[in-house]
Amino acid sequence: MTYSVLSQALAQVFDPYVLWVIFGSALFGLFVGAVPGLTATMATALLVPVTFFMPPVPAIASIVTATAMAIFAGDIPSCFLRMPGTPASAAYTDEAYAMTKQGQGEMALGAGLVFSVIGGLFGTAVLIVAAPALAEVALKFSSFEYFWLVILGLSSAVFLALGNPLKGVVSLLIGLLVSSVGLDNPAGHPRFTFGNAELAGGLTLIPIMIGMFAVSEILRGVAAIDKPWEMAQAKVGNVFRGMWGLTKKYPLQTLRGSVLGTAIGALPGAGADIAAWMSYAVSKRFSKEPEKFGTGHVEGIIEAGASNNSALAGAWIPALVFGIPGDSITAIVIGVLYIKGLNPGPTIFMNNAVALYAIFIVFIIANLIMIPLGVAAIKSAKQMLRAPRELLLPVILLFCIVGSFAINNSAFGVLLMLAFGIVGYLMEENGFPVAPAILGMVLGAMLEENFISSMIKADGRLMAFFERPIAGSLGVLTLAVISVPLIRAFFRTSMGVPGGGTKQ
Amino acid sequence: MPGQKFGPAWFPGLIAVGLILCGTLLAARSQKGVLVAFPDWIRSARAVAGVASVIAGLLFYVLVAHWLGFYLTALVIQVMWMRILGASWRLTLPVAVIATVVIHLSFYKLLRIPLPWGIFERFAF
Repeated sequence: MTYSVLSQALAQVFDPYVLWVIFGSALFGLFVGAVPGLTATMATALLVPVTFFMPPVPAIASIVTATAMAIFAGDIPSCFLRMPGTPASAAYTDEAYAMTKQGQGEMALGAGLVFSVIGGLFGTAVLIVAAPALAEVALKFSSFEYFWLVILGLSSAVFLALGNPLKGVVSLLIGLLVSSVGLDNPAGHPRFTFGNAELAGGLTLIPIMIGMFAVSEILRGVAAIDKPWEMAQAKVGNVFRGMWGLTKKYPLQTLRGSVLGTAIGALPGAGADIAAWMSYAVSKRFSKEPEKFGTGHVEGIIEAGASNNSALAGAWIPALVFGIPGDSITAIVIGVLYIKGLNPGPTIFMNNAVALYAIFIVFIIANLIMIPLGVAAIKSAKQMLRAPRELLLPVILLFCIVGSFAINNSAFGVLLMLAFGIVGYLMEENGFPVAPAILGMVLGAMLEENFISSMIKADGRLMAFFERPIAGSLGVLTLAVISVPLIRAFFRTSMGVPGGGTKQ
Repeated sequence: MPGQKFGPAWFPGLIAVGLILCGTLLAARSQKGVLVAFPDWIRSARAVAGVASVIAGLLFYVLVAHWLGFYLTALVIQVMWMRILGASWRLTLPVAVIATVVIHLSFYKLLRIPLPWGIFERFAF
């Protein structure tokens, strides 16, 4: 049984069409990742309209490949420009640039590549093992458990976000508000529609995502158009030189980065960028030579570089098993899964086993072809980074227009994209994280539905939410996650230390 | 809705309460004395014109694309954006034309998105 599923999955992946899609998406991902201001999430949002017309396996394969490549390629401009290619590389951008300045750019780039591959493969292995096991448990879940899972996901999105948690809550509430527009609620009553037919169906998520992740980045790029990119010179020969030595010298760091990355990825709402920040901090904290951090030391790059790529795969665990996204990328992916008939949830392993194993295989392939393609990307980094922004940004913007239009074949999508592009830009500029808003939009309907149906089942008794064993434990865990930071914040302010504050 | 304790207004109501609460807390905590702070790029004429042109261009597309057609609308906004961001005419024209044609062909032909023809309907292919 398993054997035939596996061979069918292999046959689906090793189809020439799918392989071409993987190859093309890999190049796309490398370019998007390497150019600062174009992110992995943006790559996903832009790929969605294109994947609309593909069969399920190539559609998901293109997203998996492009994002894996983009997260690695984000390390490249860190070395040359002191700018992260994607937010996931921001944690160690200064470190990588310092290495280039000391003539060790080759080693920084090599470590970025090799440990991205290792972290990516580790995360994939955990995904393959953990997702089916978790699905067995999840089969027994009722609306009470799902209610707590959604609340747990939303609160970890708020509290894991960088900066002020209060702003995270505001962001989350904005997302929930957006999700409540339209007829699609348990009562089937039109909400916030203002008699408009476009609004009655609810706000379509893809134009919103393209707005928040692509248009807002373009606005930021346009605003910084006068700031020149200064390229640091780095001689790049064989990027694999010395890598075996690093692997032997830092095995614990590699493992720790991969484990923490997978875990952070699997927690809803926090993705590769937060994983990298945390791993870099952990690496410095437990290093034998913490004083070298920040001066061009490879240790933190190894740990955080493995971490962000493993987070990418980890994020798919809750996305596939519960339909709760692990990061912004899987928040978009979940929509694609529904469109392709691969409805996420514990039954996906029974109903769509072949497609699911095909996705797992694509994860492995993406991380393996990263080795040769990554070397090629590093070699051609200078050309990629010289792509003129004044031509690139308008072309991407036209692509955004067509993508937003394509979802419903309506100009309303373009308007929605513009509105949320401006909202996303203003939020980020003022220290409001965008990820909780996205999670709120994706999970709002699920939250309301499971709450209402639980309340009807329990006849309005709130204690019913704690009466089933798993629901009870999840409930207590959630309340702990919410209350610990609140209590800490309370004590901090009562002791006279100003709490919070923005990062900008 | 009558007879239902948890009707359609319950969820948005909760969100509203949350937003009021968080808004009040944020306002109480704020330390800056200014209502609106402007970013640095406001001093660069090109950046301001660029940001304005992005918004204007997208609105222009929404308003006129259905009768001006995709080709002309896309060309106009591409050229506007590239010129304002500082590209030379020599680069702007070929890149804008190629980008418009390639994006149109790949979405209209390969992905079968009915991009509007507008007044050029009789040239449709």
